[in-house]
Amino acid sequence: MTPPKDFTATVGSDMRVSQRRVLFVTRRTSPQVKTYDEERVQTFPEVLIRALLAIECMVIALVLMSLLFNAPLEGIANPTNTPNPAKAPWYFLGLQEMLHYFPPVVAGVLIPGLLIIALIVIPYFDINIEAEGLFLKNRQQRLRLSMIVAGALTIFLWFFDVYVALAPTVFVAALLVLAAFSTPESPSRFRRYLALRPISWWIMTWFLIELFVLTAVGTYFRGPGWSWVWPWRS
Amino acid sequence: MPSTIETYFDKLERTRMWRSIFRSGRGSSTLHNALAIQQNVFLHLFPTKVRKRMVGLEATWYLGTLTLGTFIILVVTGVLLMLYYHPSVPQAYSDVKDLQFVVSSGLFLRNLHRWSAHAMVFLAFAHMFRVFYRGAYRAPREFNWVVGVVLLLVTLLLSYTGYLLPWDQLAYWAITVGTNISSAVPLIGDKIHFLLLGGNQVNANALLRFYVLHCVILPLTAVLFLAVHFWRIRKDGGLYVRESEPGTAGAQPQPASEERKKL
Repeated sequence: MTPPKDFTATVGSDMRVSQRRVLFVTRRTSPQVKTYDEERVQTFPEVLIRALLAIECMVIALVLMSLLFNAPLEGIANPTNTPNPAKAPWYFLGLQEMLHYFPPVVAGVLIPGLLIIALIVIPYFDINIEAEGLFLKNRQQRLRLSMIVAGALTIFLWFFDVYVALAPTVFVAALLVLAAFSTPESPSRFRRYLALRPISWWIMTWFLIELFVLTAVGTYFRGPGWSWVWPWRS
Repeated sequence: MPSTIETYFDKLERTRMWRSIFRSGRGSSTLHNALAIQQNVFLHLFPTKVRKRMVGLEATWYLGTLTLGTFIILVVTGVLLMLYYHPSVPQAYSDVKDLQFVVSSGLFLRNLHRWSAHAMVFLAFAHMFRVFYRGAYRAPREFNWVVGVVLLLVTLLLSYTGYLLPWDQLAYWAITVGTNISSAVPLIGDKIHFLLLGGNQVNANALLRFYVLHCVILPLTAVLFLAVHFWRIRKDGGLYVRESEPGTAGAQPQPASEERKKL
């Protein structure tokens, strides 16, 4: 007995169009096939009109903003007069904030380099494909492991006095503990939600909060010599 | 009784010229609508049909569409700004001053370019996080996620190179702070710094380099990757739907439907 094949082979009969067509139907059919009978709308005109409407609304908002607020323009560039603080554009202020704590090779090269690599490899790691709640299996062991990681991160950030990045880390660690002691059947909606979050969600959410906090601090809370200022006191 | 405009369009669509350009033919049948997408070099990047529940606002928030929208605004306003701008020192600064005070609608043009640029960076980030939280990077869409990361980097570089062009204090020192970081790269840091600026500090050479990057190299790169990005959506089976993929929350119907309500 030969083992059963993983596919069936047929030969197409439309010889006039293509001389020979061999069709392989594998056992594991592609995921798209399953939802083929789902209700669909035509891209033209339905989807294109919606896309145009969405863009049009945004254009109106941006035009109004451009009429109301002027883009900043300071004096001509002067290499002999350094403003204090000299700030990068807002989307790099998170990195500039890191630059305040770590040497340039860490904050300017290592961290952004690792971030880009981490983003690129996301879809290629099974850890990011798993969609089960982090603590639904091996709760004790996983809680211990995540506390070790969060603890190591906390000590590291404490050691370098990076309190700005420390606060979100402690916040996410607290949520992790709450999630570990929540079940999908919990009466609280928030705790049900947390209990179902997979590990990739936790990592990305930690990153998102860090990004938001660091950027906000760099933008609004840093003054001369990168010292802490309160934006409402200036 | 059709209105005048309808009859006008009806006649227009019958002309030989129209038919030579748009080959999908007249009518609004499913076939005609599909051909309208298929037979157009730009639109054929998109699928002819889209799942109905992906058209609603709650699935995607239209963040990708809006990012493309900002890019289009930026190309149009950017080309108009180029007509008034010389990438030289100190002419660049006075050109921007002229845009503010002399050129008709120059102030508005620059404002729109500036705010749209900020919006594009923000929307690209938002789009990335939205795609992540929906899990839309899963197979077979892995590579399109990578293309998206490249596009995010190109967006950041576009915004960053544009930051220098007004040649004011804000521009000069932001670029000085940023490019100084490149010197920190081990071994070849100073070489990269020199290559970026065309010198050892931000000067007229750096302005020209950033101008070429901002107006030619990076927009072309963006268009190239955008085309791949859109085309891959079609090739990877349309916009991501949770329930259609194995190993997601869709395997258990209860949380999946709850999930959709929350989104």
